[in-house]
Amino acid sequence: MSPVVFGILAVLLMVSAFGVVLQSSPVRSALSLVVTLFLIAVMFLLLDAPLVAVLQVAVYAGAIVVLFLFVIMLLNLQDEPRAMARASILFSAVLLGSLFLLALLRLFIAPNRVRFGVGMMSAVSPDFGSVGSLGAQLFTRHLLAFEVTSILLLVAIIGAVVLAKRRLA
Amino acid sequence: MTPVPISWFLILGAVLFTIGTLGVMIRRNVIVIFLSIELMLNAVNLVFVSFARQLHSMDGQVIVFFVMTVAAAEAAVGLAIIISVFRNRETVNVDEFNLLHW
Repeated sequence: MSPVVFGILAVLLMVSAFGVVLQSSPVRSALSLVVTLFLIAVMFLLLDAPLVAVLQVAVYAGAIVVLFLFVIMLLNLQDEPRAMARASILFSAVLLGSLFLLALLRLFIAPNRVRFGVGMMSAVSPDFGSVGSLGAQLFTRHLLAFEVTSILLLVAIIGAVVLAKRRLA
Repeated sequence: MTPVPISWFLILGAVLFTIGTLGVMIRRNVIVIFLSIELMLNAVNLVFVSFARQLHSMDGQVIVFFVMTVAAAEAAVGLAIIISVFRNRETVNVDEFNLLHW
């Protein structure tokens, strides 16, 4: 992958991410999020994580965003006349956001303090990120967390049904 | 192999996370706030996968798997809460939610 490809992808990602935040219609925000998720999946492919990329498209773009779209259409939301906060809040939000970004960039760029920030990535073995290697990790070292995840999903399903159910009079 | 240093991916993740934070702070529609939170989760996933690639360790990708699971659970429960609040208040504007105000 050349730096040019990375640059194009990064610019598209930032544009679609700003689309999520700045669109006044919630449906358009959700569709911008789909574009963002697909571009991040491409980034995962470039980082030798093919299984994570597939999961990203199937679970995130396929299931979670569709759930969002269902709810947006169920509630029949329209464009908002005042989608943004007041100007004072807007100003302080942008100020806080830039400070936060500066702090993160300081952490990631400082060349001598952070060793991971310098140098290129070295080649990995061919099965890095494959279904087999990720599955082997999941079912050996992380087996307990994997099983607890199933309980979490069960609780989430029951909780969602109970919360969204119409109260019987 | 990959002629792009890891710090570029980390910076991109930082920028995406900040955009998500901005969305949480400046938007009034609770569903768009939720979408911004998903954006922040994805920025973190990108950083995890970059570190996994840099350190030749699968642990970063395993963590991303769990983050996706938690995000799915969070979306399901959160949207259920939004629906039930909308039934009572007929709005998704966070400025009008004051039930838990102290």
